[in-house]
Amino acid sequence: MTKKIRVLIAKPGLDGHDRGAKVIARALRDAGMEVIYTGLRQTPEMIASAAVQEDVDVIGLSILSGAHNTICPQLMKLLREKGMDDVTVVVGGIIPEADIAALKKSGIAEIFLPGTSTQAIVDFIHQKIVLPS
Amino acid sequence: MHRGRLWTMRQFAGFGAAEDTNQRFRYLLAQGQSGLSTAFDLPTLMGYDSDHPLSEGEVGKCGVAISSLADMEVLFDQIPLADVTTSMTINSPAAVIWAMYLAVAEKQGADWKKISGTLQNDILKEYIAQKEYIYPPEPSMRLVIDTFEFGVKNTPKFNTISISGYHIREAGSTAIQELAFTLRDGMEYVEWGLRRGLEIDEFAPQLSFFFNAHSDFFEEIAKYRAARRIWHKAMTERYGSKSARSYALRFHTQTAGCSLTAQQPYNNVVRTALQALAAVLGGTQSLHTNSLDEAWALPTEFAATIALRTQQIIAHETGVTNTVDPLGGSYFVETLTNEVERGAWDYIKKIDALGGMVAAIERGFPQREIAEASYRYQRELDNKEKLMVGVNAFVSEEKPLDILQIDETVAHRQAARLKKLRAERSGDEVLRRLNALRTATKGKDNLMPFIYDAVKAYATLGEICDAMRDTFGTYEEVAIT
Repeated sequence: MTKKIRVLIAKPGLDGHDRGAKVIARALRDAGMEVIYTGLRQTPEMIASAAVQEDVDVIGLSILSGAHNTICPQLMKLLREKGMDDVTVVVGGIIPEADIAALKKSGIAEIFLPGTSTQAIVDFIHQKIVLPS
Repeated sequence: MHRGRLWTMRQFAGFGAAEDTNQRFRYLLAQGQSGLSTAFDLPTLMGYDSDHPLSEGEVGKCGVAISSLADMEVLFDQIPLADVTTSMTINSPAAVIWAMYLAVAEKQGADWKKISGTLQNDILKEYIAQKEYIYPPEPSMRLVIDTFEFGVKNTPKFNTISISGYHIREAGSTAIQELAFTLRDGMEYVEWGLRRGLEIDEFAPQLSFFFNAHSDFFEEIAKYRAARRIWHKAMTERYGSKSARSYALRFHTQTAGCSLTAQQPYNNVVRTALQALAAVLGGTQSLHTNSLDEAWALPTEFAATIALRTQQIIAHETGVTNTVDPLGGSYFVETLTNEVERGAWDYIKKIDALGGMVAAIERGFPQREIAEASYRYQRELDNKEKLMVGVNAFVSEEKPLDILQIDETVAHRQAARLKKLRAERSGDEVLRRLNALRTATKGKDNLMPFIYDAVKAYATLGEICDAMRDTFGTYEEVAIT
């Protein structure tokens, strides 16, 4: 059996709009990945710990609330502290174009805006993560 | 509806601190808007003060930050609550925010018996779709029925609830699911009200509804028509209502936020206009039209003005208000109305068989149905079985929009204001009233008077919600993916 790509889908902050997170979780699972969904209202600390425990290759954050500039840098710092620098972190949601450059500089690999097809996300992850066979 | 009286043009607005939103409210009223609708930020929706650690990064972002009566006084400064009707999109802490609103009305000298407005206060759809809940279902429902009871006695013209399908649809449901879950929620509230000992025609006139206006034009019109039929049947046959004020379904509509595209955003003006027209042809009593930039951020004043103008054009230029139910008798619309009604009753019967809506929610039934429907919708977009202009068809390059930015100075302003408030108010009085509330949560008394007392002493939203958290505990869902 080949090893599957492991993805943590996380919903940080106080927002409860989980439609996107759930659709992505299911689409990645259908594409053959192992998906763990954290559920709602996760702090950066909870997400970083879950990423370590689950030994994931990818973290997908769903943020629609405008809190991305606070949450993303905090999470990236925690991941570095835990030696998880190699994990690929992507963000999906409502992110103004003006914020994208700074988020990428903080270590976010890619930002998926509304209207992105699930296939585009699957393709991006496959291109980033090549597991040893 | 509409021949004699237009719908209320009620644009949902809220951002930053109270003074920022107060300015937007006054601007919208000056532009000819006929009612107010308040969006609160996420900390407020979750019952946290702006200076709570979990509020970091969220203050004033998705709505206005309200942590105490002092903020509420600023929010409605120079807005006469005796004349303007206000809707408040607040659910788990609805009783607390409503108490703040009533306190401001009292200060302004407005008569509670005459003021009107709408409290969203629909906790069931929070568990189903929107997910901004604090307490478990049982104590949450108690709080809702407490507001019904308080409203019957003190504010007979105020809608104590807005039973909402909007968020259910935004979470990805079909039109039939939106209709069925919303109306079954309505029946659940009625049943809990009756169990409290309230008379049906005493509290039901204060129940109002809130639906989405999505893109399938005729299906949406059929949905509104079917909603009125189902509610009438349920109220008269199930609950023995004899008053038209109870069995006539009244509803607010908002155009579908989830149909807006980040790509080619000016196209959103057209989408919104068509959706708004469906709501008007379906007989809505109140309407919010979305702004073109909402797939990017909260709307700028420029975008919010076009959205309001869209309603004004439909109301004053198209002539569609000259006939009530103008599509009644159309073969297609009548058939669709029958189909939607039948589909909704099938769901309602399934939920009855599960033991009612609270029981169905605890078993994840509506949540699972919505998750299935939203995944199906996404697959159809991905496979191009469903086309969205600018997204999966007719794609073109474009320049970025100028959008509204909310920075962290709002959080700092709020923190400073809270610090001042806590220093200036009577700490003993606050403690005494919070303790009285905490004690009352353990008994069966209506909690509204205790909450009102605490609010008047400038206890904060977070402190009041915490006093109830101590007894009620908090709720966590089992996530369905």
